[in-house]
Amino acid sequence: MITLFDKPDNVWELIANGLPWTLTLAASSLAIGFVLAVGLALLRLSPITPLRWAAWSYVYFFRSTPLLVQIFLIYYGLGQFEAVQKSVFWPLLREAHWCAILALTLNTTAYTSEIIRGGLQAVPWGQVEAAKACGMSVLMRFRRVVFPQAIRQALPGYGNEIVLMVKSTSLASTITLLEMTLIARKETSATFTIEPLFVAAVFYLAINFLATRGVMALEYKLSPDLRDAKRSLPLPDQEPVAR
Amino acid sequence: MNTFLKTITAAALTLAVTGPAAAADWGKGSTVRIATEGAYAPWNYTDSSGKLVGFELDLAADLCARMEVECEVIQQAWEGIIPALQAGKYDAIMAGMSITEKRMEVITFSRSYAATPAVFVVKSDGPLADFKADVDAVTMEELTAGETAAIEAVKAAFAGKTVGVQIATTHENFLNEVLAGDVTVKTYDTQENLDLDLQAGRVDAALAAMSYWKPLLESDNGKGLEMAGPGFTGGPFGNGVGAGIRKEDQALADMFTAAIDAAIADGTVSKLAIEHFGFDASAKN
Repeated sequence: MITLFDKPDNVWELIANGLPWTLTLAASSLAIGFVLAVGLALLRLSPITPLRWAAWSYVYFFRSTPLLVQIFLIYYGLGQFEAVQKSVFWPLLREAHWCAILALTLNTTAYTSEIIRGGLQAVPWGQVEAAKACGMSVLMRFRRVVFPQAIRQALPGYGNEIVLMVKSTSLASTITLLEMTLIARKETSATFTIEPLFVAAVFYLAINFLATRGVMALEYKLSPDLRDAKRSLPLPDQEPVAR
Repeated sequence: MNTFLKTITAAALTLAVTGPAAAADWGKGSTVRIATEGAYAPWNYTDSSGKLVGFELDLAADLCARMEVECEVIQQAWEGIIPALQAGKYDAIMAGMSITEKRMEVITFSRSYAATPAVFVVKSDGPLADFKADVDAVTMEELTAGETAAIEAVKAAFAGKTVGVQIATTHENFLNEVLAGDVTVKTYDTQENLDLDLQAGRVDAALAAMSYWKPLLESDNGKGLEMAGPGFTGGPFGNGVGAGIRKEDQALADMFTAAIDAAIADGTVSKLAIEHFGFDASAKN
């Protein structure tokens, strides 16, 4: 991982050195998790019962157990089995960052799939019927009618998930990954002050400020119909139109 | 920053940083709250029923009887153990904590009750298994030629390797001061998690106190592990293990010191050390 400051002069530069890992963990787990979540949401809505159950079980498991426990099970738990140590996955599972990305991805997939399922189910059935009447195939209906609207509906909930994931990356500090929180914890225990933790908090605030702004901008872009509706409303100080 | 923000920030900082600062009147009949980590066998750990046990628990009971005070033992995570002492959550720390100059800047200590060197442990089938140094003990002050050679040998053998250590320990300071640049240092919340990663081969070596390693290596959990290189004392490792106490409670520190003097003089500390560590790790002089 890149080091921003080779010889950090102050606590800001020191904590900033953990920024690349924090961002990598959040971005990669959110990106992979989103793709998996779309598939999982479709399985959740599948007409085939075993697929629906399998998807439901996955979501139930990962939403109902603490992320910290999941990280520990993957990092310390799997590492104890000799079979795992001898397997082809060990070069990956050996590294704290891959374990962290794996745990965060599995976790966010479960949450995001529920958010997307809500979005998909919020698309009015009449539109699907109309698309069918126009002769669109299943795939085309999904691509042109259902999915774009589902994403727009799901965006506010997904913005929440992004914020949660940025904060959840701090749990990787428990498995020796030098992201912002672990650097702050090390510095806190070395200096007996809590200033490093405050500095880390400021960094998390800044990341999440930018993330929520981004989601808001995307929401605005994806809702031209609502924008027009707002503009056509009468202004509050307008005189009532004379009859 | 506006006034409101300033006020709440100041309030938050005050709450977090300071605690009750007034020193209590320590003497016979006082209640002393002692904090320990409970994850550093055999110094202090929890048995299968969740009860805190270990060398320091037995020693605390003995010292409290000698001081004629009521003692209450509190379990506290290692990382925040000094800030919470300063915040007044308890009055003394007995958690295998070495007396170092760095810690003396913020708290005071009783005299030492135990002293054990730090030593590396590696996997018997790992890359560092055959590492030996020409001297058995290195005191990190006024190094002799042999000691300097031993440190250089450690640097050469460990170059490019990953070494695990518990966070906020003298052992972490040693790695940062002496081996930084030569090795990759991985820090762990607890020594127990570090042991798991040593067994899993995620770290090539781990550094901790000999008194911790010896019983572990003799147990089932220590199978396939062995000590490597010399034992280190002094310098960043401080001057033995003592009870950590707030600076304003010097009176309490003096009570501990007197009780420890008596417990060392009549052989109690040696007896407890041999019982828990398998060798006499009691502080001499």
